[in-house]
Amino acid sequence: MAWAEKILRVNLTDGTCESEPLNMEWAAKYLGQRGLASKYLAEEIDPKVDPLSPDNKLIFATGPLTGTSASTSGRYSVITKGALTGAIACSNSGGYFGAELKMAGWDMIIFEGKAASPVYLAIHDDHAELRSAEHLWGKSVWETEPAVKVEMGDPQSRVSSIGKAGESGVLYACVVNDLHRAAGRSGVGTVMGSKNLKAIGVRGTLGIKVKDPAAFLTATADAKAVLAENAVTGQGLPAFGTQVLMNVINETGALPTRNMRDVQFEGASKIGAEAMVEPRESDGKPNLLTNQACFGCTIACGRISQLDQGHFTVQNKPEYWGASGGLEYEAAWALGAATGVDDLECLTYVNYLCNEHGMDPISFGSTVGAAMDMFEEGVLTTEQTGGIELKFGSAEALSAIAELTGIGEGFGAEIGIGSRRLCKKYGRPELSMTVKSQEFPAYDPRGIQGMGLTYATSNRGACHLRSYTVASEVLGIPIKTDPLETEGKAGLVTAFQDATAAVDSSGLCVFTTFAWTLDNFAPQIDAACEGEWTPERLAETGERIWNLERNFNLAAGFTAKDDSLPKRLTEEAAKTGPAEGKASGLAQMLPEYYAGRGWTEEGVPTNQTLDRLDL
Amino acid sequence: MQKSLHISPDKCTGCLQCELACSLEHEGAFNPAKSRIKVIEFGAAGRMVPYTCTQCADAWCVKACPTSAISVNSETGAKEVSNDLCVGCKVCTIACPFGTINYSQASGKVVKCDLCGGDPKCATACPTEAITYIDADSTGYDKLRASAEVADAGAQADA
Repeated sequence: MAWAEKILRVNLTDGTCESEPLNMEWAAKYLGQRGLASKYLAEEIDPKVDPLSPDNKLIFATGPLTGTSASTSGRYSVITKGALTGAIACSNSGGYFGAELKMAGWDMIIFEGKAASPVYLAIHDDHAELRSAEHLWGKSVWETEPAVKVEMGDPQSRVSSIGKAGESGVLYACVVNDLHRAAGRSGVGTVMGSKNLKAIGVRGTLGIKVKDPAAFLTATADAKAVLAENAVTGQGLPAFGTQVLMNVINETGALPTRNMRDVQFEGASKIGAEAMVEPRESDGKPNLLTNQACFGCTIACGRISQLDQGHFTVQNKPEYWGASGGLEYEAAWALGAATGVDDLECLTYVNYLCNEHGMDPISFGSTVGAAMDMFEEGVLTTEQTGGIELKFGSAEALSAIAELTGIGEGFGAEIGIGSRRLCKKYGRPELSMTVKSQEFPAYDPRGIQGMGLTYATSNRGACHLRSYTVASEVLGIPIKTDPLETEGKAGLVTAFQDATAAVDSSGLCVFTTFAWTLDNFAPQIDAACEGEWTPERLAETGERIWNLERNFNLAAGFTAKDDSLPKRLTEEAAKTGPAEGKASGLAQMLPEYYAGRGWTEEGVPTNQTLDRLDL
Repeated sequence: MQKSLHISPDKCTGCLQCELACSLEHEGAFNPAKSRIKVIEFGAAGRMVPYTCTQCADAWCVKACPTSAISVNSETGAKEVSNDLCVGCKVCTIACPFGTINYSQASGKVVKCDLCGGDPKCATACPTEAITYIDADSTGYDKLRASAEVADAGAQADA
């Protein structure tokens, strides 16, 4: 119940699709989605494997609550060894694809090997087959998705695919479903491309049952009421999306600007939520058309935008004039503040390009920021950039380099290798704002200290979604802590990491945690799934998952040295705002974090810890 | 008083909670593919539009059925399919101008919205009031009120 109890194993080398039972002992220990798929990955591949070799595996995984009437039940994750990072990767997406896969009766798809020529997987309930995708190779996500739907013979099919970024080896390519929802980070789309796998089309009509339907309806109705009554999930997110954060984080003095040279961006108010609803001077219409939900979601934070047809980026390009996925906070920050560009229409256009070609806007924007830093310092010149004046603040340069990166051409091919490799190549490794080769998201650890520890210890490289202590340090959820203080942050980060790992394994969205704690998740999971699921069991499950991921990375060759931040953050103090004069106090937090986790001083889980977690 | 389902596409976010509730009520499982209400997506326009049977007073499906399998529930006004009488001929699906009555391969019968016997689960499940169940004589009231507000704003500006 809740689980479909079935895995689809696809061997791309042999061209076979086989059904196998889900390991229910593992499901009881790892729940689903992120946790359970990470267990399968850790059991089935050598952690030292080259991420782009056929020996790496790629898992699409739903959670037990995916596709049910629980709010935000549209989630699925893509789990693999990350192309960008070489660490265990798990990227989470919404939209409708995940629920459709579950409706077809599958908890997961495990892809193995590499197809000799491009293929896509077509699933109609129990029936799955690989089909040639030669005619789709080279096409964008926006071309591939409708084409696959036609071939599926059912317009209600859902599609997940890669664009040209994933085909051409952009190391932060994503997997995109429903045109503008993405499993975004760590290069999971690059791994998909390396396997010659273009897309998955799925139509599911089998439905999902839960253990105790009456109890489930009560539990989910209670939880929905909590979301509706909460100021963030009930009002802020539907009206303004995550973009509501832009001005808040800027005022906190934690908006990383121009490759983290600064912590506040003078153009923040031009690219945030308030700017998106303001009628444009040019055509009198606002950038934001409406909000939209993913499957099952009663929050509906998604942004649907419409560009100004006269803007320089889309003049005479009617394919970009329709409504499409607009800017979320992380994308607006990465494409905007990180590059110093304050042109909302340009950022929206570049965000479209990221969806169309399938690349992560966080890593892309951040890498452009690093390239601009090197350009300003004279390390890069127009000779290398193919004539593009890569100056901070240039909307023309940003859109030009985005067009090239999405298709892996010109200097765009170099932007596609990511910030760490790019800065190293040009002799300035210290200018790369990354952890474990993954670019930072939109919170400066100098102004929000907990995020420094979050980034440094994240198992998938720098990431805000592994422990969003911003909730506590800025928004006061569940309790307010001082963002400039390092004391107490080790415990805070640990608790957030464990809870988030459990949430990411359930099939529900982490954005619910603005309103829900594990006390709200547990009754919903308990009513749907076999066994007793208490908040305590969920926290322990999360801790088990965190340690499993950690062990994978240690076996892959990572050490405590990789739990570090660039010197710009630990040695160069913030120049303005509430954090003025402060750098990241990572060194004060990390030892306490290791000890609290039950790890050695070298960051290795002790045998006692592994035994306690039954690992 | 008879009630009608009233749909306001402007308020729909596309969450499909209506389809989940409908399929659970009628099929005993979460299964939007079997839902009697469908949210249709018009992506390029950024629109999500829930659509289901509007329970015509003089219904094409009722008239077309050769076995009189579709009858009117006198309490709710819903046109309901009797599985005992339906032979699965699909003539009603041809007659219906709206596509809201459909054949089910699983049962060999046609399926359509029956207003859940007067407590439509889609309306209860909708988090944004895009689907409501209201007095059948007043489905235009919201629009009437909005128009009156515009007219009044004009009147105030003139005054």
